[in-house]
Amino acid sequence: MKRLVIAALAAGLVLVGCGGAGSGASSPARVPVTVLAAASLQSVFTKLEPQFEAANPSADLRFSFGGSSDLAQQIVNGAPADVFASANEAQMKVIQDAGKVTGTPQPFVTNVLTIVVPPGNPKNIHSFADLAEPDVTEVVCAPQVPCGAATTKIEKATNIKLSPASEEQDVLSVLSKVEARVADAGLVYVTDARTATGKVQEIDFPEASKAVNIYPIAAINNAPHPQLAKAFVAFVLSPDARQQFTQAGFGAA
Amino acid sequence: MTQTRDPHIVHTGLPRALWLPALMALGLILLPVLGLVVRAPWSRFFTLVTSESALAALELSLRTGAVSTLLCIVLGGPLAVVLARGSVPGLRLLRSVVLLPLVLPPVVGGLALLYLLGISGFAGYALDVAFGVRVPFTTTAVILAQTFVAMPFLVVSLEGALRTAGERYESIAATLGATPWTVFRRITVPLVLPGLGSGTVLSFARCLGEFGATIAFAGSLQGVTRTLPLEVYLQREVDADGAIALSLVLVAVAIVVIVVGRPRAVEGLQ
Repeated sequence: MKRLVIAALAAGLVLVGCGGAGSGASSPARVPVTVLAAASLQSVFTKLEPQFEAANPSADLRFSFGGSSDLAQQIVNGAPADVFASANEAQMKVIQDAGKVTGTPQPFVTNVLTIVVPPGNPKNIHSFADLAEPDVTEVVCAPQVPCGAATTKIEKATNIKLSPASEEQDVLSVLSKVEARVADAGLVYVTDARTATGKVQEIDFPEASKAVNIYPIAAINNAPHPQLAKAFVAFVLSPDARQQFTQAGFGAA
Repeated sequence: MTQTRDPHIVHTGLPRALWLPALMALGLILLPVLGLVVRAPWSRFFTLVTSESALAALELSLRTGAVSTLLCIVLGGPLAVVLARGSVPGLRLLRSVVLLPLVLPPVVGGLALLYLLGISGFAGYALDVAFGVRVPFTTTAVILAQTFVAMPFLVVSLEGALRTAGERYESIAATLGATPWTVFRRITVPLVLPGLGSGTVLSFARCLGEFGATIAFAGSLQGVTRTLPLEVYLQREVDADGAIALSLVLVAVAIVVIVVGRPRAVEGLQ
């Protein structure tokens, strides 16, 4: 009896395993193309998906969005991936150093910082220097993450030292603190500010050009589907995609 | 609670079928820690864990953890007594409410605190207008977040101990003329000390590990709000080795807390 139960359980496990593979096989022509992309690319990449799949009917795009450093670590540790789109060159270099990229990664967009404030701009902030005023509670990214590194770069270039109330882990945390109005101002990327239009007000400042973030994209070495990986990289670099990126607030690389 | 074995009961052996899943469960807990140990940058370990930011984070974690645990005892203790002994309508519902922080994702707890005590929340607005006090981004916010998530551990342990202990001794003391306060002090408290002990240890351990509620509510600033788990998460961005070394410090502290504190707490402070 005991053996029967165990056998039934084992059979069940096998069936479950097959079920996973079987569901993919229902559309035999489509192969999954896994794209690991920086979280800031989520809205545009998701919009590009149907276009790419229409042009490449055999491809079934699967995105994994996250912090570039997390994604880079996943690739280095062997996560199956076809394409990596990073929010900075440093994390692309991490996977290059691990021998995960053949050829040269292509820069495809740029992003700069902007100031975000609650609607109505209660503290009357109009410049980067205004953030350093003692009565302004500002929140920035920690220098260890790309948006924070950009902030530090601007501080150095302008010789204006901020004393933030918090150095957050990522732009979304900064954004949410401004949305909740616990912070009077925050520094995030232009593209992040655009995703929160209405909840925050964007105040561009000229010194932002001192820290331009370049986004590189590359097909991964030994990608499960190298041809489609290359096709996706080429598509992201195409004029069609460019228009979508511009709309979202990205600059040209 | 030491459970004495009744000599009249014949103990049946363990069914052998339990061993494999039990070992797998143990492996799932132990092997990841082993993974950290194997991968740890031992040659640089000391330098990594004694960096300025690491020490600041450790100090902040221990300090806030201690205060939060004390708050759990001072506030959660009486709550456990009320829940175990009180006779207020709706007590059963209250008991479930106390469990809320235990089942909520901590980051949700953090957001809830933010929208209560942030400037847009009614309590936060009132505090700001009346006293000019702003809680978010302060060490107080870290303590509130930790107390929020750790409170159920204390309340549940203590309430369990109170129920197991029963009310016999208390009623006898009362019939002998003891006031409710004397009964509480001389009977109830000594009776549940073991439960209080294990609750305290668990709460402290939970405070040390707190991440989600803190990052959502208190922010992250060295020496002010960046506790050890937040430091690990941030360090990972630049230096995986540093994050692993700090993780091991957390593992070590957790093991010390549980190994040293828990058995004694469970067996009772005789």
